Parts: sequence; structure tokens; C-alpha cells
Amino acid sequence: MSGTSLADQNLAQLANWLMYSAIAVYLLAFVAACAEWAFGSRGPGIRTSAASPAKQQTPVARTGGRTRSAAVDGATGSSTQVLAPPATASPEPAQALGGDGTGAAGDSPKADLVGRIAVSLTVLALLLHSGSVLARGLAVSRPPWGNMYEFSTAFALMASAAYVGLLAARKPVRWLGVPVLFSVLLTLGLAVSVLYVDSAQLVPALHSYWLWIHVSAAIISGGVFHTAAVVSILYLVRDRWERAVAAGHGQGRGAGLWRRLPSSRTLDKLAYRLTGLVFPLWTFAVIAGAVWAEAAWGRYWGWDPKETWAFITWVAYAAYLHARATAGWKGRRAAVLGLVAFATFVFNYYGVNILITGLHSYGGLPTN
Amino acid sequence: MCQTPRVATNNFRSLVDSPARGDASASDSEPKADEPKGLGPAGWLRWAWRSLTTMRTALVLLLLLALAAVPGSLVPQEGRQPAQAADFRERNPDLAPVLDRLGFFDVYASPWFAAVYLLLFVSLAGCIVPRTRQYVRTLRSRPPAAPSRLDRLPQHAVWTACCDRGEVLLTAADLLRRRRFRVDVDMEGDGSVSGEKGYLREAGNLVFHTALFGLLIALAVGSLFGTTGQKLVLEGDSFTNTVTQYDDFTPGTLASADSLKPFGFQLKGFSATYQRGGPQRGTASSFVARLNYTEREGGRARDARVEVNKPLEVDGSKVFLVGHGYAPVVTVRDGKGEVAWQGPAAFLPQDSNLTSVGVIKAPDALDRKGKRDGLGFSGLFLPTVQLTSNGWQSSFPATDDPVLVLTAHHGDLGMDSGQPQNVYQLDSTRMTQFREADGSPFAQALRPGDRMKLPGGAGSLTFDGIKQWASFQIARNPSNATALWSSVAMGLGLCASLFVRRRRVWVRVEPMQSGRVRIAVAGLDPGGTERTAEEVAELADELRERFPAPRTATPDVNAPAPLHQEQK
Ligand code: HEM
Repeated sequence: MSGTSLADQNLAQLANWLMYSAIAVYLLAFVAACAEWAFGSRGPGIRTSAASPAKQQTPVARTGGRTRSAAVDGATGSSTQVLAPPATASPEPAQALGGDGTGAAGDSPKADLVGRIAVSLTVLALLLHSGSVLARGLAVSRPPWGNMYEFSTAFALMASAAYVGLLAARKPVRWLGVPVLFSVLLTLGLAVSVLYVDSAQLVPALHSYWLWIHVSAAIISGGVFHTAAVVSILYLVRDRWERAVAAGHGQGRGAGLWRRLPSSRTLDKLAYRLTGLVFPLWTFAVIAGAVWAEAAWGRYWGWDPKETWAFITWVAYAAYLHARATAGWKGRRAAVLGLVAFATFVFNYYGVNILITGLHSYGGLPTN
Repeated sequence: MCQTPRVATNNFRSLVDSPARGDASASDSEPKADEPKGLGPAGWLRWAWRSLTTMRTALVLLLLLALAAVPGSLVPQEGRQPAQAADFRERNPDLAPVLDRLGFFDVYASPWFAAVYLLLFVSLAGCIVPRTRQYVRTLRSRPPAAPSRLDRLPQHAVWTACCDRGEVLLTAADLLRRRRFRVDVDMEGDGSVSGEKGYLREAGNLVFHTALFGLLIALAVGSLFGTTGQKLVLEGDSFTNTVTQYDDFTPGTLASADSLKPFGFQLKGFSATYQRGGPQRGTASSFVARLNYTEREGGRARDARVEVNKPLEVDGSKVFLVGHGYAPVVTVRDGKGEVAWQGPAAFLPQDSNLTSVGVIKAPDALDRKGKRDGLGFSGLFLPTVQLTSNGWQSSFPATDDPVLVLTAHHGDLGMDSGQPQNVYQLDSTRMTQFREADGSPFAQALRPGDRMKLPGGAGSLTFDGIKQWASFQIARNPSNATALWSSVAMGLGLCASLFVRRRRVWVRVEPMQSGRVRIAVAGLDPGGTERTAEEVAELADELRERFPAPRTATPDVNAPAPLHQEQK
């Protein structure tokens, strides 16, 4: 069976070109997103103030009127919205630092424009990136996640899609751009430079429709877990800053940046929501993996390293969800737990594939 | 928050009460298990039980469980990869005894791992039971009465209207019922309507946590009553499902030999295809074993294909294709010229190009004088031969250029000693190797059809052809269905528990002196989701449409004018 026809090779070539283009555009988007922060005014930053209840930005008021929002600049996916808060929303107790920041651009229209450009570029890069993954899949006539290179590009795709998806859902999360693009670029850079393998057929162990089901679920979960982890990191930073300010240490040097982030409360809640949203999907991914293992090897659970780390990730996220419901563990400790859980997810991919051999060793990396 | 009365209410209560009473810190903190105050053993026990069943303990145990699972992925496990474990022991002679004592070579069966998950499950039981009781009580009781000050709740609307109090209350109740709230109307005392919705959240949580027990039971039953075994079958050979036929058989602790179903099969053929080009040249693209099986002795024979990921299911047992290799077919003649052994000998693959090693044993061969002098051959089978600086190797897994490279021994093969022998190894302790005239070991590379003549007329071996073999794992796990259904319940429960919003809505209508009434609508959602805010707003809007505020009403408590905000 000669694996690759000429047409397939051309498609594979196209996939590679699209990938390089996507990386280039992501890079531009990243620069633009950084520029938004740099040019954005350090201005008042905090929207909430007891003096002007009309401008109050409680979480409730912000998205509560979502259904009635209008005038959204759809082309760029920008989150500029005209909102009418629900009639019943009452101001939350105003705290000097409890309110959400204005976002990366601050009050500067110029920076706002740069930010919109960053979002447009991200969307363009996402399209190129999807094209690349699709072309690769067509080139090999199978789901394009059979080896580490393919899994990494698909994971980065989901990470970036989760970010764009939040923007498309009109969530004001443009401030996520810099860290998300950073890790997307890092993942893709690693993928094309270290993990790259030419397109090829799958080993028989991966010939199964469970590959579609199990791995897609895992990759989508990964993309959203990634976003939640980024939000958790920002939460920790912002929370530290809020505490420092509250303790009277002044606003510090990073204030120009930190004050433009949403409040720690908003960040904490967003991280929790995202995790809660995909945890069932991750559960499903693990169960689907067990069903597949049963079909392939005759046992649904065998403590293979890959299975073990999927279990560890699952338990760690369960612990995070428990922490969120446990007084004394809310907030910082829960956020750290969430980050640990994400670290186990990442380790399950890179660490287990590279460092540990097991039944799941199909990374396609040259072995020595 | 697992202590019974607090479970269902804590989240709500902390939100309802804290603004009014200012005891946020008190209701927010974990209900500490009361310290034992010299209560004697019973007090201690109660204290231990309470501590064990707190959410904080559950959290710590979950973290411990995650941590405890780690070493099993780093140290090779005895049960799963015995060869690697032995290798690891050899390479770390100092560390191995310590790890051994800690059970690191068999983590998932070690007492400390069991301790963690058993404690977790005890804690879980201590959590589920009272929570279920509490839940049933909640379902039976009426939705909780409205808190004293609705305008203290995060989501509320208040206005005055001139209308009949009872009518407002009944309309509000009707609106809530239409939204599928459970509703309680209190016409007498307060003049309020309470509605509650989203009971499925708690039900989902209970189902999820209970299903974890189902999974645990399934795992336990599987390891107690399940059986697995391996069997290598040559093309043309048959297998019947009895203990003696297996190469390797691992029954569950409580599984009996009769639990094996009396099926059997014949391997009619095996085929594999490999990639011929590209970077992954030599990677297999398909493995197919063609079987002919019968459900029971004398039953009707049926054909089946077994592939990787596509096992054959017979009478509750599954037959999985797990390996394959080559078996050179040879004829061994002894010094008398008689056939001493004939047939295919399975060689075991050593690498992905199926460089295989194996032995051929003819224990009953006679020497030229007619004296018993067993013959033993050992060597390599190379499906596609390549001679490299490292010696003989195979460069492709298919039989493009097959070569059998053998050396030979004669003497006592030790097969009558009564001790079990590895069929894939030659015990050469009481044998002597054939040598060339110059003293170097006698060896020869054979292509199919070639003949190897042993020095001194001791006999010969002809390489007649090549067969393939396939190895199968035959598994029976009576708890698969339990595990699957528990997982399904777990998934559904989890979704309900995470996606259903539990919320309460209250409407209070207070008479005012002017003959008007003051209508207050408020809602509470411990998750603090925006949807609940919208829901309360919608309800208030609908109610306000029917009972509008007169024009003269004070503006501050009415709907604020639509407000435009620019937001980044
Ligand atoms: C076998 C170990 C356990 C696992 C894997 C586990 C997993 C989970 C998960 C994933 C959730 C989040 C879903 C939800 O919010 O309903 C959850 C929630 C919860 N678990 Fe567990 N759990 C375990 C043991 C326990 C134990 C021992 C307790 C009691 C002490 C407990 C009490 C709770 C409670 C009260 C919630 C609801 C939290 C909330 O209100 O948001 N769990 N559990």
C-alpha cells in the first residue's frame, strides 16, 4: 500500500504553507495586542465608582443586558456594546478596586483601534490555522491528530478558537489576547520546529472512530482549559495587586497594566465558568478513552501512563471544583489548584509522550 | 459543606442573610467539626466521622488521590510491564528495595493507594446519605418563605401600584408556575409568593456522586471475577477456551475455571500490510486475522475477522488481536536421516521491522550411531534481510527477502527434567555447540528451500517455508455493563449538576397607607449567573405590565431609564 499520492502530497504541502502563514499572522496579532496595552491610556482605568452609579459595571449589569444589546461591530468581533442593564440590577457595594478595568486600550481610541486590528488579525490567523489543519486531515484522509505535531496544532487551534469564541459570544475578553496568543505561538512554534513529522497513515491501533470522538473531546477540553488557566493566572496577578492596594502599599509599578484588567472577582468567576463548562466534556473524553481501550485491548482501564495522567487531570479538576465550593479554598488556593490541574493536562501530552513509554506511544517522534 | 442541614441551604443562606445580618464571615466559613471536648470514645468517633465527611476533607483526599496515582506512571509496574520493571530494578539496585517496600512497583494494588480511595469513598458515603435525606426533605417541603427585605437581594425590582393585593399575588404565582417554578403562596401572613426551580441540580450532584460508587463496584467486580489470557496461534491451528490451552492465564481472585465459556476457533489466516514509502515506511496499516469459530463444541462454525480495535465477541468473552509474527517452517533430520522434528516454529519479534528470535528443538534426534543426541537450533528470522555493522537485521516487516540465520547445539535439551521450560529459549547448559573446522561457532543463513547440513553428519535442517502467527488476548469482564452505565449516569448527573441553575424568586406585596401596594420582586441564585438576573427582570417586567406604577409614583424605585454604556 503506497501511502501518499501526488495530490495528497500537494495537500500536505499546502497544509504546511498555511501553517507558516498562520504563525506569521498570529505573530502580527500578538504584536498588535501588545501595542494595544502599550498605547492604551493608563487613565482612570477603574470604571466603578460610588460617585457615578450610572457608570456602574457590576457583573450583572454588564452582561445582564446582553439580550438587548445592539450595535455590535461584528466584523472585527470587537466587544464594543451598547448595553441596557436590566431594570432590576442594583449596584453592588461599590469598592474602589472591586470594579472591572476598562480593558487593554483604557480610554484611548487609538489603542482601541489597534486592539481591534489585533482581533481581526487573530481571526484571520485562526482561519489560516483551521485551513492548515483541514488540509492536513484531507491529505491523510483521517482526523488530523494522529501524532504529536498534529495534536499540538489542533490543541493550539482550540485554544485560539476558545478565545475568539468568547469574543464572538460578546464577552468582553479582549484583554486575554496577549497571553492566549503567546501560548498559541509557543505551541505552534514547538510543533513546527521540534515535533514536526510528515503526513502519514496511522498505525492500526489508531484505526477507530473512537479516535474522532475521544481525541476531539480531549482537544476541545484542552483549548478551553487553557483559556481558564490564562484567566486564573491573570486572576492571581490582579488579586495580588488588589490586595496590595487595599493594604495601602500604593498602586505599584504595574498599576498601569493591572488596573485595566477586570476585577479579581470577575476573573475568578470566568475561570470557574470555563472550567465548569468543559469539565463534563473532559469527563466524556476520559470515558470515551476507556471505551476505546476496551475495544482495542480488552480492558477499559489498565493504568497505562496516559490513562493514569488523564485520571490525575480529572481528579485535579474535580478538586478544583470542590475547592470552589469550599470556604477557605475559594479564590487564590482554588486558582492555584486550577493551574496545577492544567499543568497535569499539559504534562499528559508532552511529558507522557516524550518521557514515558506505554501503549499510547504513538507520538511519531523519532526514537533513539 | 457536607453537614446535613447546611448542605442545601448554605449557599443560599450566606447570600440571603449576610447583607441583612452582617454575619457573612460566620456563615461563610467551613462548618468546623466540633472539637471533641473530653467526650470519650463516642465523642471522638463522632468527631472523626464529622471531620471525614466535610468537603474540605474530600478535597484533600482528592488531591492525595491524584498525587498517589503519580508514581505508578513513573516507575514501571510489575503487573503491566514486568520486563521493564525487572530492568528498572537492575538499573537502580539501591533504590529498588526501598521502592519495593513502598509498593511502588504495584502502586494501584498497594495498601496506601487503597487507603486513599477507600477513605475518599467512605467520606463520599458519609456525604451522599445525609444529602439525599436533606434533598428528599427539600422536595417535600414548600419553597422557603421570602426573606424580610427583598430589596437587599442582589437582583430585585420594587414599585408601587394601585391594585388588589390578592390579585397581584395570584398573578405572580401564575406567572411563576408557567415558568415551571415550584410555587408557594402565602396570602395570610406576609402576603408573598415564593418560587423555586432547578432542583435537578442537586439531583444531578447526588446521581453523579452515587455513580462513582457504581464505577468502584464495577472495577472491583472486574478484578475479582474477570479473566484474561493470552494465546499465540499459528496459521491453521486451533484454540479451545480452556485454562490448559492458554500460554498465559490471569483469572480474577474469585474467578473459577468453569467461568470460561466453551468456545473455540481456528486461525485460518493472518495478513498485515505496511507502508512502503514516506517517513513512516514500515509502519503497519492493517492487521487482519481470519477466524473460524464455534460457540460450543459441535456447534455451527462461523467465519469472523478480528482486527485491532475490532474484537470478536463470543458468548460474553472477547477475542482481541494483540500481536503477530512469523513462524519459519522447517524439517529437522537427525544423524540417521530420519525426520526428528517438523513444523512451524513461532519466532518472537524484537523490533518494529520484525527482526525475530526463536528456537527449534528436536529432543529425540539420534546421532549417526543411533544414540539419542538432541538437536537444538537458535537464531534469527529476518523478513527482509539486511546485513549491517551491527549484524543481521530486518529492514522491513514484510517478507520481501526472508532469511533464517541459525546456529546449532547438540546434547540434552533438558526437556525430560520435568521442569517447565520456556519454548522460546534454548537451555544449552548440557549441550555443545557445533563448530566449524577453525573453531568458530557453526552458523548458516538460509533462504526458503535452503538446507543446512550439520558438521560431522549429525543431521540437517531444511527451511521449507514461512507461516504467520497471531496472538490473541481473550478477556471476559462481567462488570463492563455496570461500568458503562455508571459512567453514563455519572456524565448525565455531572451535566445536571453543573448546568442546571438553582434559583429562588420571591414576590411580596405590601399594602400601603394610600390604598396602594408596594410590589417587590427579587431573585437569588447562589451561582450568581446573569441568566437569573434576566429572569427576575423579565418576571418583574411582565408583572409591571399588568400592575403598572401610577404616573405619580416615586421615580427612584421604578425602572431606571435605559442606559447606554460603552464598554471595552
Ligand atoms: C470520589 C471522589 C469525588 C469526586 C471525583 C467528586 C467530584 C465532584 C465534581 C466533579 C463536582 C463538581 C460538580 C458539581 O458542582 O456538582 C463535585 C461537587 C460536589 N462534591 Fe464531590 N466528588 C467526590 C467526592 C466528594 C465527597 C467525599 C464529598 C463530600 C464530603 C463531595 C461533595 C461534593 C459537593 C457538596 C459538591 C457540590 C459543590 C457545589 O455546590 O458546587 N464530593 N464533586
